[in-house]
Amino acid sequence: MKQTPLYGRHKALGAKIIDFGGWAMPVQYSGILDEHKSVREAAGIFDVSHMGEVWFRGPRAAEAVQKLVTNDVGKLVDGMAMYTCACRPSGGIVDDLIVYRSDAENILIVVNASNVDKDFGWFQEQAGAICEIINLSDETGLLAVQGPRAVELVQSIADQPVAELKSFRFRKAVIGGVMTNVARTGYTGEDGFELFAPAQAVGKVWDAVLDAGHKVGLKPIGLGARDTLRLEAKLSLYGNDIDEEHTPHEAGLSWVVKGKGFIGEEALARQKAEGLTRKLVGFVMKERGTARHGYPIVDDKGAAIGVVTSGSVGPTVGANIGLGYVPVALAQAGTRLQIDCRGKGAAAEVVNGAFYKRPS
Amino acid sequence: MSTDYPNDLRYTKEHEWARPDESGGNKITIGITKFAVESLGDITQVDLPKEGEELKKDAVFGTVESVKAVSDLFAPCSGKVVKVNDPLGDSPEYINEDCYDEGWMVQVEVKDPKELDALMNAEQYQAYLKEQESH
Repeated sequence: MKQTPLYGRHKALGAKIIDFGGWAMPVQYSGILDEHKSVREAAGIFDVSHMGEVWFRGPRAAEAVQKLVTNDVGKLVDGMAMYTCACRPSGGIVDDLIVYRSDAENILIVVNASNVDKDFGWFQEQAGAICEIINLSDETGLLAVQGPRAVELVQSIADQPVAELKSFRFRKAVIGGVMTNVARTGYTGEDGFELFAPAQAVGKVWDAVLDAGHKVGLKPIGLGARDTLRLEAKLSLYGNDIDEEHTPHEAGLSWVVKGKGFIGEEALARQKAEGLTRKLVGFVMKERGTARHGYPIVDDKGAAIGVVTSGSVGPTVGANIGLGYVPVALAQAGTRLQIDCRGKGAAAEVVNGAFYKRPS
Repeated sequence: MSTDYPNDLRYTKEHEWARPDESGGNKITIGITKFAVESLGDITQVDLPKEGEELKKDAVFGTVESVKAVSDLFAPCSGKVVKVNDPLGDSPEYINEDCYDEGWMVQVEVKDPKELDALMNAEQYQAYLKEQESH
């Protein structure tokens, strides 16, 4: 299994390590529920160094990126990031991504860990003739610091005014003696940052955040709580909720289909004109039962009409929640669904929007 | 290690424990082991049989939901359920906190308490865990 530069630190902290797509990653330290609570109430630090970093370099970098992603890259200015998808010509989602524009000739795409090789191959095949495309995943460490106390915490150890950064903006700052890129992004539904640092130096950044974090109640957070946090915030997980068999429109991601001239544009336009047949919805369990990835969503007669893509307890919302694809006729808020939980039917209700929204 | 796997219990390969009747009778108490609890992580829900239902040795008698996954519970012995630890319905975390006492699951009346002799004792179970680990 591959290890991130922080593997030894995770072991020393007593983390339980699992195989996550070929990576030896911490799934939990103190326990998923405890870690979840810490991020909602104070702050947490996550090692997400397994994620991939692919750089597009040269005068035509923006053109290359726009060919690959569904969102409008033209809206980016230096120091700005955006969420997007990359699609096949069919409209099926290759991956969901964040594009960071350092400047016109240096654009970074952060990709999911499980998709690094697939994405890099696809990017090179489709846009390698337009600009230089470099996979720096192994050379780059990535941390997330998230939670209501995260911004003041990171500001207290950064040499630049990072607390002023708006959502989806980034800038350079020295943290723990290391030059990092500090981005106001995350995957938890909380405020906070993601910190990019060279792989060989990311340990120093981790140590600096943990040291300073004790006074705000920061804890290290594993992939287990990362999953419950993102699910409450209704953020998609590639491989669970989105994949090449589903399009951004079906996944409720039409808001990132704003670009022109990208791969999959025609198929997505056609699908939009013809209308969708299925949609990804959020649901809350109304009866005893926990929906899990792959459980059928069934009609009155027990025939499968959809499928659960994610499901778990929502520790902060205080209910069992999930996501799944259903026929559009059943996608309205308030619709009753029946989930087949291992042979036992359990009622659920479709809800709009995120299960959890942070207090503003 | 001794308190991790108490000596008075019998253990299954599926990580359930069975406690023989302390007064020498035929009422067996059942739960899951510390190893099971640590593998599962935070438990959020348990589904147990009702009083009067019959358990069949090695058959599924309930499920445990943790944050990450659902797991079946396998009966260490056959018998009729005479008591259920109802507080687990609202407080499944008792299983995480104290899997051998407050986190017990059901008590069954068995025909032959000797059926438990076929299960592993604490020493054998810990050897079994070590063996699993090395695979």
